[in-house]
Amino acid sequence: MSHPEHKDYAGAKLGMWLFLFTEIILFGGLFILYAVYLHRYPREFTTGGHELNLPYGAINTMVLLTSSLMVAMAVTAIQQGRRLLTLRLLGGTILCAVIFMGIKYVEWSAKIHHGIYPGSPRLAAGPPGESVFFGLYYLSTGLHGLHVLIGGSVLAWIGVKVRRGVVTGDDFVLLENGALYWHLVDLIWIFIFPLYYLML
Amino acid sequence: MNPSDHPPAVFTSFWNDTGKTGITSWIFSTDHKRIGLLYFWSVLGFFLTAVLLGLLLRIELMAPGRTIMGPETYNALFTVHGAIMVFLFIIPGFPGAFGNLVMPIQIGARDVSFPRLNLFSWWLYMMGAAVIIISLFTGGGPPDTGWTFYVPFSARTGTNVSLAVFGVFIVGFSSIVTGVNFVTTIHRLRAPGMSWDRLPLFVWSLYATAWVQILATPILGITLVLIIAERVLGVGLFDPMKGGDPVMYQHLFWIYSHPAVYIMILPAMGVISEIIPVFSRKPVFGYKMIAFSSIAIAAAGSLVWGHHMFTSGMSDRAILVFSFLTFVVAIPSAIKVFNWVSTLYRGSISLEAPMLYALSFILLFSIGGLTGLILGAAATDIHVHDTHFVVGHFHYVIFGGSGFALFGAMHYWLPKFYGRRYAEKPALIAWGLMFVGFNITYFSMMVLGMKGMPRRYYDYLPEFAPLNLVSTVGSWILAVGLVLMLVNLIRGLRKGEPVGNNPWGGATLEWTIPSPPPTENFPEEPVVTHGPYDFSKAGTP
Amino acid sequence: MTEAPHHIISYTKLTAVWGLLLLLTGATILVTRLDLGPYKILGALTIACVKSGLVIAVFMHMKYEERLLRILLFVTLVTLAIFIGFTFFDVLYR
Repeated sequence: MSHPEHKDYAGAKLGMWLFLFTEIILFGGLFILYAVYLHRYPREFTTGGHELNLPYGAINTMVLLTSSLMVAMAVTAIQQGRRLLTLRLLGGTILCAVIFMGIKYVEWSAKIHHGIYPGSPRLAAGPPGESVFFGLYYLSTGLHGLHVLIGGSVLAWIGVKVRRGVVTGDDFVLLENGALYWHLVDLIWIFIFPLYYLML
Repeated sequence: MNPSDHPPAVFTSFWNDTGKTGITSWIFSTDHKRIGLLYFWSVLGFFLTAVLLGLLLRIELMAPGRTIMGPETYNALFTVHGAIMVFLFIIPGFPGAFGNLVMPIQIGARDVSFPRLNLFSWWLYMMGAAVIIISLFTGGGPPDTGWTFYVPFSARTGTNVSLAVFGVFIVGFSSIVTGVNFVTTIHRLRAPGMSWDRLPLFVWSLYATAWVQILATPILGITLVLIIAERVLGVGLFDPMKGGDPVMYQHLFWIYSHPAVYIMILPAMGVISEIIPVFSRKPVFGYKMIAFSSIAIAAAGSLVWGHHMFTSGMSDRAILVFSFLTFVVAIPSAIKVFNWVSTLYRGSISLEAPMLYALSFILLFSIGGLTGLILGAAATDIHVHDTHFVVGHFHYVIFGGSGFALFGAMHYWLPKFYGRRYAEKPALIAWGLMFVGFNITYFSMMVLGMKGMPRRYYDYLPEFAPLNLVSTVGSWILAVGLVLMLVNLIRGLRKGEPVGNNPWGGATLEWTIPSPPPTENFPEEPVVTHGPYDFSKAGTP
Repeated sequence: MTEAPHHIISYTKLTAVWGLLLLLTGATILVTRLDLGPYKILGALTIACVKSGLVIAVFMHMKYEERLLRILLFVTLVTLAIFIGFTFFDVLYR
């Protein structure tokens, strides 16, 4: 009899992966639009890409990759029963999330300052494809940023559980699932970065 | 099941297990049976609301010109009727209500994989529903776009589209949560001996459905977010003035909403595959093909969304491809129909209420499916597109198909969970009224569509008047049958004759446990030794 | 189903993968600076696929999971590819 208190470790992970699939498809909707509009407006997408700040994008890529490394290490650490190290690595991950959002904030502010935002007069005056490019840019990075916020909060909550000894070396599926979610955030960015920042 | 050494445990039915009583023992319960009933009654409530709206629409269309309401009200009513029926009734109806009630027991499990998530999905559903209801009475009033929320109108209309769409988004999330839960449960919690080839066909159909919920619903999510972004931020991704393409909205919408039709019909087919062998006293014919065709329908159904857009300005090549693929879906659907009919052949058929619904399902679904081919063929679709023919076809599939299957499931499984049954004779009369009323209502619509009456029009030419009157009268017969069915059913569940473990002589696991089932479902983990339709091993009714 | 033993991935291995990911990021930037015309997007996306493959296989432990998960992931990606690809039956030939 499978008692409710019995932990189905593989089941929990399967459930998490299924949820990640839905996230992939969610962003997939935006990628469909990107593909179609890139096909229709190749030149405008190139000019749009020029306007984006490559260094910011590149730094954010490195920040996210590093955060992904740290959260993967946190899973290794908890498996070895090293609680303090786990907590430090989780802290590092969340710090990266904060840095990422900070850079994103600076980047968006600069864009908005230059009159580039959905429905802005500047975009309305420009060629139609450019408005589509920036519309997609704001939606994709915005939705991604929302996921960074959610992922960071989830990891912080799991950190508290690690600290309280609820998540331990014997029972760490929660941390592992949280880490999976964070890796997904990284995965999405791995595609957003070249599609928006590098198509010059 | 192995005989156990300890004395037989005293079963406490899931109705009165915990010391707790009252509403909190329900709305905070993580027991799949309680959640299933929560879903069932909420879904039924929304169904009846939308039925009422549908009857009002029919009364308005009874005669040309204004009958009981103005055109704006009419637009709002058909939108809300469609949105409630689709998003709050039939999509959550099968997985949420009967999937939750029956599936864990059928696979021999104690509960689903994530019971708390299961409760959360019901809460999400109720919250989404609440937001949709609030959207009707605030802002610019109820949305008037039709349930499809097509741009550009949905991006511009002054009605409360944003809030309604947000509500649908939440309901969609609830559907995803159910899907994730079911796939995990079916993979992880099958009892020993419950191999994939012993899985009841209802479980197979829920498995296929859950995959559609997982892989298609997120596209609806992002599409709805995009509508809100159009309205609030003016992003312009679907606005030609800003370089957007309104046809892309239709692509995204139907990438979800066509597979969503299979969320509605696949579990219904699963119910039929359960009822027909039991009431024919014969193992189901072609078990493997029925199971396989569920997966095939889910897969092929994800490839055909373009057939909703033949007249939208899509490329001719796309029309060709999507039209061809639409015909491919007919194959697995036909496999199912032929297998059901072969199961009936030389069976010992007993025409009780669940069986009548199952048999009428085969007929009505076949009519709906075949008229679907008329719509799937580009040449004929252009003639009948956006006419009442589409309305008739859709109702044949979803009401005549899914709806009748749901009624069948109610007669088949609810006695299990209430321990009492309905009276047979009124159930038969109710079925007869509904069957006759249904065909009068919707067949007239198909004829009207063939003659050229458009859908979603408030007014029409006088030549359409006679058939519209017939259709409206049919809707009243249908409504009377529906009320009779529900009254009889609810009376029976409260005061009817008690039923034993196995009133129908079924061979699936839910019939081996008491009615109503104990909280833990099985006294000890069952070991499955025979297939789901092996009636030689099942008890007699 | 049997529980797969938990595989512990060493810090060295994780760090090596991280280094590789950074290198590949540099490579994408380089590739897209070249004048490759239509092949630019192909190159950038190929590298992105390799990068995500690394993240999924090692960081997300997919390499050590049972085959079921890999099949399901594959199904998901094929589904997404179909959604994008079939839309192009319309977009390419309009």
